[in-house]
Amino acid sequence: MGVEGIGARVARKEDKRFITGKGRYTDDMVVVGMKHAHFVRSPYAHAKIRSIDASAAEKMLGVIAVLNGKQMTEDGIGNLICGWMIHSKDGSPMNMGAWRPIAQDTVRYVGDAVAVVVADTKAQARDAAEAVVVDYEELPVVTEAVQALKDGAPQLHPEAKNNLIFDWEIGDAAATDAAIKSAAHVTKMKIVNNRLIPNPMEPRAALGIYDEAEDHYTCYTTSQNPHVARLVMSAFYNVAPENKLRVIAPDVGGGFGSKIYIYPEEIVCLWASKRTGVPVKWNSDRTEAFLADAHGRDHVTEVEMAFDADNNMTALKVDTIANLGAYMSLFSSSVPTYLYATLFSGQYKIPAIHGNVRTVYTNTAPVDAYRGAGRPEATYLLERIVETAARELNVDPAELRRQNFIREFPYQTPVIMCYDAGDYEASLEAAMQAADYKGFPARRDEAESRGKLRGIGMSCYIEACGIAPSQAVGSLGAGVGLWESAEVRVNAVGTVEVLTGSHSHGQGHETTFAQLVNDRFGLPIDQVSIVHGDTDKVQMGMGTYGSRSGAVGMSAIVKALDKVEAKAKKIAAHLLEADESDIEISGGELKVKGTDKTVPWFQMALAAYTAHNLPDGMEPGLKEGAFYDPTNFTFPAGCYICEVEVDPDTGKTEIVQFVAADDFGKIINPMIVEGQVHGGIAQGIGQALLEGTSYDPETGQLLTASYMDYTMPRADDLPSFKVSTTETACPGNPLGIKGCGEAGAIGSPPALINAITNAIGKNDLTMPATPQKVWAALQG
Amino acid sequence: MAEITMTVNGRTVSGTCEDRTLLVQFIRENQGLTGTHVGCDTSQCGACVVHVDGKAVKSCTMLAAQANGSEVTTIEGLASGGELHPVQAAFREHHGLQCGFCTPGMIMTAVDMIRRHDGQLDEHTVRSELDGNICRCTGYHNIVKAILAAAEEMGGSAKVAAE
Repeated sequence: MGVEGIGARVARKEDKRFITGKGRYTDDMVVVGMKHAHFVRSPYAHAKIRSIDASAAEKMLGVIAVLNGKQMTEDGIGNLICGWMIHSKDGSPMNMGAWRPIAQDTVRYVGDAVAVVVADTKAQARDAAEAVVVDYEELPVVTEAVQALKDGAPQLHPEAKNNLIFDWEIGDAAATDAAIKSAAHVTKMKIVNNRLIPNPMEPRAALGIYDEAEDHYTCYTTSQNPHVARLVMSAFYNVAPENKLRVIAPDVGGGFGSKIYIYPEEIVCLWASKRTGVPVKWNSDRTEAFLADAHGRDHVTEVEMAFDADNNMTALKVDTIANLGAYMSLFSSSVPTYLYATLFSGQYKIPAIHGNVRTVYTNTAPVDAYRGAGRPEATYLLERIVETAARELNVDPAELRRQNFIREFPYQTPVIMCYDAGDYEASLEAAMQAADYKGFPARRDEAESRGKLRGIGMSCYIEACGIAPSQAVGSLGAGVGLWESAEVRVNAVGTVEVLTGSHSHGQGHETTFAQLVNDRFGLPIDQVSIVHGDTDKVQMGMGTYGSRSGAVGMSAIVKALDKVEAKAKKIAAHLLEADESDIEISGGELKVKGTDKTVPWFQMALAAYTAHNLPDGMEPGLKEGAFYDPTNFTFPAGCYICEVEVDPDTGKTEIVQFVAADDFGKIINPMIVEGQVHGGIAQGIGQALLEGTSYDPETGQLLTASYMDYTMPRADDLPSFKVSTTETACPGNPLGIKGCGEAGAIGSPPALINAITNAIGKNDLTMPATPQKVWAALQG
Repeated sequence: MAEITMTVNGRTVSGTCEDRTLLVQFIRENQGLTGTHVGCDTSQCGACVVHVDGKAVKSCTMLAAQANGSEVTTIEGLASGGELHPVQAAFREHHGLQCGFCTPGMIMTAVDMIRRHDGQLDEHTVRSELDGNICRCTGYHNIVKAILAAAEEMGGSAKVAAE
């Protein structure tokens, strides 16, 4: 390992601009003649729009236009779509209702856009929006999925009877029921996975610029996947053909899934720019972000786990109702199905598994992938029920897990996934040792002497990353392939540009990806630039989500580097009059093995571009591209242990220790990987302890629409974390990478709830475990 | 409309803006200093922290007019002569940032925190003092580490200078 190569703890190249205030985010962009958009949003969760009167607003100072959904329809702008088709178990396709970028007849959640004002300044646009008079006819509201399924519940979309989007199943129902019937012990639970609001610190923004002379659009936007945005806006929303639409996602301030989707606002900015003839910028304020960013989770589940007389797991049965909100967001259907139920086996040998999932429309913000996307929900139900079963069976939770671990690979689960590699015992042991698991009883006794209830809980998670083999996801209903692309350009002076379809919004790609080039050719990373986030620069890419930039994005770079290396060796062999099989590259030089004959990297590159002396028939230049389509998902796994102290008088939980032992396969930059784990754990702790989304069930008002109501994890809510890794290489990709972006958010919530319920001796506790809930549980 | 004059990063600037213009809007839109960010609308997140007359202030809680005549330092004015401020350097060294959006506010808060505590900080104090700054990426782990390291570094150099 070199100082900047694979495995090196390299400080990030991109940091300089962020720590000096030179980062360039979408809202920082200013173009000549730019005007500002402000959306008029529905204050009602469900209502008919009788009329919109913009006459007063249109006369206000600075106002250029007040635009509505009818005009968008007239201009041929299409409906927003869900790009993953799921069929119900009866074979019928999912019941997708129409989603207009600006509502035309009916609003279905508080925050649904009904009009947009374009004005000279943000303040003028906001003032005028308040003067737009919308006459609503209120309709009955339903916010909870279980209620929405009931006969007589308010109906959201004519396409979805009883608000049911689909009723889907996976696994073998008969075998599972039989195993449960003949079991020695069955543990049953009702599990609620609370709705979360993603809250990247940079609110969403978009700047639409229409160039009339070229009939061309440019969109700056806060996107995790600008190429997908261009594809979808072009192919489905009819904004412009791809060659007439450039999408740029510059510095993006966090995403966590919420910036995957193509939202109404960026479409509206582009369309409004053409309609008004001026560049139009919109920047979400935080309240809008709470109302109109896609939310995450929101499942209600009944689960049963069966054991034989020796405590071997024999079956798992899951029945989930998932709330998808008022409209089907871009990947919403895949989250509670193929990203969720395919992980029901966890780290365990469970011979029979069956899952049933019903997804439901309600008068709430659309729900889609949020950090982990389906996998936290699967892990939470599994790790809660395993822990609960251990308590019922009176065995050590660690031993019950250990006894049921999968130990042979590849392992075909009953729910599609085939795990390629892993060592679950290694991460369990590492975590137990780091947490001093054996020493817990003494610590509990000591805490008791101070009047505190101390508890310990663990979670052994597995997840599926590196999404995903295109053919496989295609057969499961995905509307896109999930490969990645890369291009490696060696300049004439030997410096390198790597163009990637992955997008960095905090993950440090500009450093990690450059480390690959350093490792391969020995070039300093400051001679390597990573280019991403612009559809005019990078040909096509699928973006960053599902912890795929390492396993898929970097694999594409490796493939392109292979091609560059092969050509570079040919050129060097020609220059050095040697056989290309004798050329090796290191330290920025190409050498003939076993001799002192070398040619510096830059000289080889120059030779490629002067083309004065190249092998016969070789094209000039040194630039290679590659597409990489993964052969399987990757399967990061690990063990998290959390230790808490609960104050019985107040119900307040203090996290006194949090240990993570993760197997991410090969690691390129441990510093960045640890940072990903820290952030993920904080979000998981947020879900388990602090973050509760609350809609008023009568009116559909979002009661937690600001940082004064929705509890974000702050520094003094969290401890420092003890993180470590174990390693089994992933056999499925050239670097052996599994992915690390979501593990923390997946593994931590059950560990924390298991710890609190252990501390208070009561098992019935829902997230977020606020002091009020913990105190109430203690009284019950 | 208000006529405003203030010193921003050592340079006297003036501008005309609506009375309701917030300091953060004046800094970002009038002065084009976009390193100061807006992450919320309830003065909770701290992405907009700047120094006004030497003290950390959330620039979304103050009208631009209230800063008339003041000396304002933003993240762009923290490094001097191409040399990073020790807090900036520590954030990089300890990986105290990921997406970078909360970072300017975090750094400006940290500089003020170290000054007020005379570099005498421990983890508990740092976490407690960061109550007004939200980060969604890092879990604060490395931010806390970076601030403690910077405090030590700054205290250390002061000590060396005194000797």
